[in-house]
Parts: sequence; C-alpha cells; structure tokens
Amino acid sequence: MQISLSHFLVVGALLFAFGIVTVATRRNAVGVLMGVELILNGANVNFVAFNHYSGGGVTGQVFALFVIVLAAAEAAVGLAIVLAIFQTFKTIDVRAADLMRE
Amino acid sequence: MHETAHELGRIAVTNVGYLWLIPLFPLIGATINALVGWKLQQLFGKKIVHRIAVTAMFAAFGVALVAFSQMLRLPSEERFLQDTLWNLMTAGRMTVDFGFALDPLSMMMVLVITGIGSLIHVFSIGYMHDEPSYWRFFSYLNLFVFAMLLLVMGDNFAVMFFGWEGVGLASYLLISFWYTDPEKAKAGMKAFVANRFGDFGFLAGLFLLFWALGGAWTPRTGSGLRNNDYQPIAELNATAGAATAAQAHALAPAVHDVKVGPTMSFRELRDQVVIESTGVKEHLAGSTIWGVSLLTLVCILLFVGAMGKSAQIPLYVWLPDAMAGPTPVSALIHAATMVTAGVYMVARLNFLFALSPSAMGWVALIGAATAIFAASIGFFQYDIKKVLAYSTVSQLGFMFIGVGVGAYWAGAYHLLTHAFFKATLFLGSGSVILGCHHEQDMRKMGGLKKHMPITRWTYLAACWAIAGFPWMNGFYSKDEILYKAFTSGHLALFGVPTPWLGPAIFVVGIVAATGTSFYMFRSYYMTFTGEYRGNAGHHDEHNEDPHSASAAAMSHLSVSVHASDGAVHADGHAHGHAAPAHGHAVHAPAAAAATAHAPAHDDHGHHGGTPHESPWTVTLVLSLLALGSFFTLFLGIPMAWTGKAPILEHWLAPALTAQEGVPFQHLSHTTEYMFQAIGVLAGAVGWFFAMLLFKDAKSEVPARLKERFLGVWTVVYEKYYVDELYAVAVLKPSLKVAQAASWFDSNVIDRLVLLTGTVTRVVANLDGAIDKYLVDGAVNAVASVTQECGRYLRSLQTGKVQTYLYGALGGALVVVLLNFLIS
Repeated sequence: MQISLSHFLVVGALLFAFGIVTVATRRNAVGVLMGVELILNGANVNFVAFNHYSGGGVTGQVFALFVIVLAAAEAAVGLAIVLAIFQTFKTIDVRAADLMRE
Repeated sequence: MHETAHELGRIAVTNVGYLWLIPLFPLIGATINALVGWKLQQLFGKKIVHRIAVTAMFAAFGVALVAFSQMLRLPSEERFLQDTLWNLMTAGRMTVDFGFALDPLSMMMVLVITGIGSLIHVFSIGYMHDEPSYWRFFSYLNLFVFAMLLLVMGDNFAVMFFGWEGVGLASYLLISFWYTDPEKAKAGMKAFVANRFGDFGFLAGLFLLFWALGGAWTPRTGSGLRNNDYQPIAELNATAGAATAAQAHALAPAVHDVKVGPTMSFRELRDQVVIESTGVKEHLAGSTIWGVSLLTLVCILLFVGAMGKSAQIPLYVWLPDAMAGPTPVSALIHAATMVTAGVYMVARLNFLFALSPSAMGWVALIGAATAIFAASIGFFQYDIKKVLAYSTVSQLGFMFIGVGVGAYWAGAYHLLTHAFFKATLFLGSGSVILGCHHEQDMRKMGGLKKHMPITRWTYLAACWAIAGFPWMNGFYSKDEILYKAFTSGHLALFGVPTPWLGPAIFVVGIVAATGTSFYMFRSYYMTFTGEYRGNAGHHDEHNEDPHSASAAAMSHLSVSVHASDGAVHADGHAHGHAAPAHGHAVHAPAAAAATAHAPAHDDHGHHGGTPHESPWTVTLVLSLLALGSFFTLFLGIPMAWTGKAPILEHWLAPALTAQEGVPFQHLSHTTEYMFQAIGVLAGAVGWFFAMLLFKDAKSEVPARLKERFLGVWTVVYEKYYVDELYAVAVLKPSLKVAQAASWFDSNVIDRLVLLTGTVTRVVANLDGAIDKYLVDGAVNAVASVTQECGRYLRSLQTGKVQTYLYGALGGALVVVLLNFLIS
C-alpha cells in the first residue's frame, strides 16, 4: 500500500482533533497544555507532509522546527500560567479559573 | 305764538382754569375722612372731622362765588364758563372730554348745592353729635356733594352720568347709614334699585339720541343725516380713525362752523339743534322709529331717568323710604339737591324737549299726577319726615309741570325756592326729632313752640313758603308754574294735540296746592301747638312743671360743663339743675360744639323726658335758610307787578334757549292777578282747615272723620297700597323668576355641570389607564425585554476558557457547513 499525502493528512487531522478534544474537555490545566501540544504537532505533520509532496525545498521542515521551538516556549509560558493559576485558586482545574466572567 | 326775536347763534365760550376746584374740595374732604377720618376722630375728637368737611364745603362755595362774580361781569349772552381738563375718550369723529361748564342754569345749581350744602353740613355737626361713626357720615356727605357737582357741572353726558350714578351711590350709602337696622339697609337698597330702573331709561334715551344724530356704527343709506350737505365729509371720514382729540375735531363734519353729528357735549348738541341752518333740527323732528317720533321717544326715555332720580310716578316709592337716613341727608339729598337732578336734566335739555309737544305733555302730566297723588298721601301720615317726603315728591311734581309745559325757568325757580324751604322744613323736623329725643311720630309731639321757639318760627315760615303765601318765596314759583300751565295750549299726547291738558293740569295743581297747604299746616299744628304728648309712653319721672323741665333740657346741652357730676345725671337730674338755668343757657353753645362727651350725652338722651331747643349750629342754619326762603322771593317778582321780566328768568334766559319759543297764550294782567289770588286762596283754605282741625289738638273732628271714613283713611294712610302693589306686581314676579332661575340652576345647570364633571372623570380615568398600561407598559416592556435578554446573554459569558472554545469551534463548524451548503 502506497502511503499517500491523504494518510498523513488524516493523521494530522486526527492529532488536531484529539488535541482539540483534549483542550476542550480536560479539566486539568496541564492536560490542556498537552492538548495544545497535540494540536501543534498535528499542524507539524501537515507542514512536513505538504512539504514532502509538493516537491523539493525545506520550507515545511523549517516551519515545523519553528513550531517546535514555539511549542517549547509556549509550554514554558503555559506552565508558568498554570503555576499562577494554582497559586491563585489552589487548584489547576480550568473550570475554577472563571474570574473573567465578571 | 311768537317767533324768536333774534337768530340764535353759537354759545360764546369763556375758558377758565379754576372750575375743577369746585368739585375738588369736597372730593378731598371725602377722601381724607374716608381714609384717615376714624384715626383723626380717635386722636383729636370729632371736631377735626367736621372741620375738614365743612371747610371743604365752604371752599367750594367760595370758588363758586368767584365763578359767579366772573359770570356777572360777562354780557348776558356770553355767560358760559368752560374748563376742559382732559380727554376721556376719542372714537372716530367723536371726542368726550372730562370738562366742566357753567352756564346760568348750572351756576344756580352749583350755588344751591354748595351754599345750602354748606349750611346742612353745619347743621349736621349738631345733629350727628352722638354718632360714633361721625367721620363716615361726613365723608359720605362730601362724596355726595362731589358727585352732585359733577352732575350739574359736567359739560357732557358722560360726566353728567358719572355724577348721576355717583349721587345714587352716595344716596344709597347715606340712606342705609345705620346699616345695622335691616329696615334702613333695605330702604337704601330700594332707592338704589328704583334708581336703576330710571337709569336704564336715561341710558336708553341717550343711546337713541346718539343714534339719531348719526352715530350709527355703519354708514346708513337712504334718507337720513348722511344725505345732508355735510355728507361728503362724513362719508370720507367715516372709517378714518382718530388717535387724538384734535384729530377727532378735525374729522368731525361741520356746517357753518357748527360741529354736527353725534356728540356728548351739551353745548355742541344745543348749538347744532338750535341753529336751524345745520338741518339737525329738521332731521330729528322728522325721524321716526317703528312709527313713533324718535325725538318723543328720546325725550320720554330721558324723562324715565328723571322719574327715577326725581321720584315721579311710578318710580317715587323709594323716596319716602329714603327717610330712613339721617335727617340732614334727607334735607340735602332727598329734598334740596339730588332729587332735583331730573328737573335740572330736563331744563338742561330744554331745546330737545321743546321740539316734542308729546314729550312735554307727558312730563307735565306725570308731574301733575305725582303732585296730587303724593299730596294726598301726605294728608294722614304721622311720621313727620314721611309727611315731608311725600311733600317733596309732590313739589317735584310741580317742578315737572313747570319744565313740562315749557316754563323752564319757572321749574328751575321752584327748584331753587323748594331747596330753601324744604331744607328748612327738613332741618326743622330734624331739630324737632333731636329735641324730642329721636321721636319722629307727630302724635307724640305737640306744644313744642314753648320749648323750641327758633325751630317753630323757621318751620312756620317754611310752611308759609310751601303753602304759597306772597310773603315767602314759594308763592312766586308755584304761581308762575300754574299760570304757565294754564296758558299752555301746545301740549300733546301720543302726537295728538291736547289743548285741554294745560288747564286740566292747572286745576289739579290748585287742588294739590290746597292739599299741600293743609298737610303742612297739619304737621305744624300737630308738632308745635297743644300740649306735649311725648311722655305718654315713656317713664314719667321727668314730667315736671315747664320751668324745671326746660332747665333739664338746658342741662342736657351743658353736659360738657357738668361732666364731673355724671352720677347726678343718671338718677333724676332735673331738680339738681333747676336753679342755674341761665348759666346753662350761656354754656349751651359750648356744649353743642363739644364732641368729647358723646357717651354721657347719649346716656342722657335715653331718659328723654322733655323736648329742648337744639344747639346753636342747628338753629343758626335754620334761621339762615328761613331768611333765604324769604329773600329768594325777589328773584321771581312777576312781570305783571313790575313790567319787567323776573330777575331769575332774565338770568336763566341764555341757558334756556327754548324758553322763548314756547307758544304760551298771553292773558291780561288782570287775569294773572286772578290766578295769583286763586293760588293764595288755595293756600289759605288749606291753612284754615288745618287750623280748624289740628290747632292745639283740641278738635275731635279729625278723629270722628277718621272713624266715619275709616276705609278711605286706611287706603290713603297705607299709601294707596302702592308698596303692596309693587310687591305683587314687581317683587313677586321677580322672586318667582329668581326661584325659577334658582330651580333651573340647581336642577339643570348643576346637573349639567355634574354630568360634565363625571364625563371628564371617566375620560380622565380612561386616559390614565391608557397612560398607565399602554404607554408605561410599552416603555416598561422595552426595559424588561432588554433586561431579560441581558440576563440570558449574560449566562453565555461563563468566564471559562473552554466554553469559549466551544463557541469558537461551533462557529467554525457553522462556517464550514455554510461553506459546503452555499457552494
């Protein structure tokens, strides 16, 4: 079976979907951050796959590297926020952090 | 019938600047006493009050004398003083000025009003001595004089009417001066209402005259004044307005320098009627309205005004009741001046009345009817003032005979003589009333000649005058009137010539004169002769011998001197003061002038045992007036005696222009002597019977006659039940109408009002409901919908990140789905 672009895209879409579901449903802030990582990686799969199948160049790989770097930075900031949330609410349940409602 | 000797021209006017002072002084006096009189009386006693009033009167009299002397210096045809103060109103071509004018007629009136008025003011000092609201009395009295002066001095109808109403007001105020007594208050109201009827006629006549002169609001076409030779100017200017008096004068049409057309000024009216070339006279004489001669209608309506003011049938009813007022008021207003206003008005408008024989006939007829009717009522009255009141009505009837038949000067002369002798009689009766401690019933008097010599002699002199004896003034005026009545064959009624009317009026007049003489001497004998009957119904402790009784009367006057022994006064004082009677007599004048002891005097007055002579202010005035009644006879010495016209006739001639044209028959001097003899005889017969029946109250005949003819006596005594007739014919219907109106008011009008109220309330409730539920509901609904929406939308904002994420995802999903669907 020839592995085509579609297969990659399906994997990417699945990763994205899982990520979204994770972000949307996890109550643990760290889990949410993880979901974000999944989404980013889903996007990375797409970058790389499109780069490969569109022929030549490294543009896609470079973007994927940027995203990985960005994800690392995001994780650092995100964990700091989670820490701050924990300090404020004594929990990392995202549903508790609803001060923006008022 | 003799024609006027010369062509009548315009009145030459002399403008002067001081006539306004004459009415001003009484006005000032009235104002001061009205505004601060009560305070002045409190602070300085009553003296200051009457000093103000009397000074004002004498000042007015002084100015009147100045005017009189100036008038005397002018040639007789030019005796017309004019003083125009300011413009009252300007309407189109007509101007009305607030101005005064004096011609010989009004000059005579002004002298009578201020002269006799001053004397009556002085009399009032003594008469009203005990009155607490002294200031109010003098204020009213001055107000009256002011209004009366406006009436006679006004140079146009407007000012005259102002005075006409003013005297009505003053009369009302003074008749009901003692307003706490409902009877007296009612009498004042009666006078006022009866006068309103007259005033209505006066106004209607005035407007009709105005209209007849071309004062219609819209220009008329067809026959009429507008088609005469001044028509072009009148037409041109009919619609042009005038802002000032000068413009109006310029606009007014004139024929031969005489202003014609509607006017209020007596002088202008006289000029345009009298000067034939203006054509106004022909126009007026030729106009008819609903088939009645317009001029006759105008004159009769004006005479209705005179009927009210001068108390003629059928409007005389108020005058006898007016006796409820203080006696000086009766003398001044209801005898000497105000009631003669009607006579004055007719004399003033002689040029109009002379054009209408029918109107003249009516005036004379009403005058004659009133003269005999009122005289007969006077026969059996017991109230001394009522006798004089009916006598006044009767004498006014004589005056109207005079001005009615065209003997204007004779009417005016009788006005003058009557002012003197009737003022004397009234003030004499006032003195008697004062002397008898406010008793007016002649049955309780008698024998007063012992106690009140001066009053008695002046009263007797005035009786001679009114009865028509040649040594007093009444003879000359009355006989002139009756003689002229007999010789007037020119009267008419309803346009039908009635040559018999003059002689008939003469006969009626002679009978009335006999009656006058009878009842006047009856009152004299009942009051002054016989024994004093005043104690019959009173407590008798003062009924002592005449000497001590008169001494007691004297002590009455000297209260101020003996104020310290007031206690003695309280219990039978007569013996205490019997001895020093002469001393009291000396003190009497001082006592009369003093006013500070009114309460003591009043207290004393109720003991009322014996009559006493009145204070010097009273007797002095009586003497002066009686002398006046004598000396005024020289003004009217008949032509038959001297060959010259009487002084007053000559004096009044310029003012009474129509006098010369009246076609009296000319009889020989012998016949005239005969008429005079008849007049004296009439007076003598009346006197004789009065003496026979009433002298010294000895005769039993009056009582027997009364028994014999009780029915007739009752009818006359009850004044022919005229008051009752009025009650049935006028009052009852008006009460019925008032009741009907009241019923209508409470049952229809009120219900309509209530209905309107209910409807309004229902509508208001409906409107309120709409406002509350619809408008407010809409507003509230908007608010609550917004609020509810806000509440629902608010729950969308949970503040939870994930919820928002759901939203974003949902949104994305929708966009994607739409993308699919649309493509």
